[in-house]
Amino acid sequence: MSWLIEVFLFVLMVVSALVALRSRDLLAAAVTLSLFSFMAAVIMASLGAIDVAFTEAVVGAGAVGVFNIVAITLTTRESRD
Amino acid sequence: MIEHARPFDLAADRCGPSSSPIIRIASRGLAPLIQIIGLYVFFHGHYSPGGGFQGGVLLAASIILLRMGLGFANTQTVMPSGWTVPLGAVGGLIYIGTGFFAVLCGGNFLDYGVFPMPWLDPPHLHSYGILFIEVGVTLTVMSTLVAIFDHLLDG
Repeated sequence: MSWLIEVFLFVLMVVSALVALRSRDLLAAAVTLSLFSFMAAVIMASLGAIDVAFTEAVVGAGAVGVFNIVAITLTTRESRD
Repeated sequence: MIEHARPFDLAADRCGPSSSPIIRIASRGLAPLIQIIGLYVFFHGHYSPGGGFQGGVLLAASIILLRMGLGFANTQTVMPSGWTVPLGAVGGLIYIGTGFFAVLCGGNFLDYGVFPMPWLDPPHLHSYGILFIEVGVTLTVMSTLVAIFDHLLDG
């Protein structure tokens, strides 16, 4: 049954990446990008690479998300393209 | 363009304290826990997942959380902005210094087994040697991430 959980995580990862690409609200895009990184971390943990998963969770879902949000605060929250 | 509320309060040039008391109290309560977890990850990086890089990012995350919640000026006592880049350089010097200390003792670069501590057997020497390396990595990663945040706030 473990493959069902992994398929669910993969689908959630792809959906969060597509939402981050298509979203007009850049804050929502930053949050869904953090969700993407977190799902990648959970998939890496389920594959047995705990160290890589830990780094991905700390950096991708933590630090990069914070920097994206600071950049949004300094510029604009709406995507113009 | 629709005017949204800002994710956190940003003054004209610097980040001010958050207007929400929930965010202020939560950031003050969470930051010591994150720092304890960061130190745990750093010290147990030999045997378990983790290490200097992850511990450093966790310590930097706690400081960035304090900066975002309590404001830029109020958290200068936690980590002064002028110290971030010099601390990163000190971390790099610790790394390089540990490597070249092994060279001076007659071994290869980063060869901890030749350290002149005869009361320690080689496994302990390797353990303490990698601990020094991790101290350097932790200092550099933590202070560099905080420096990136501070310079982002500078605009």
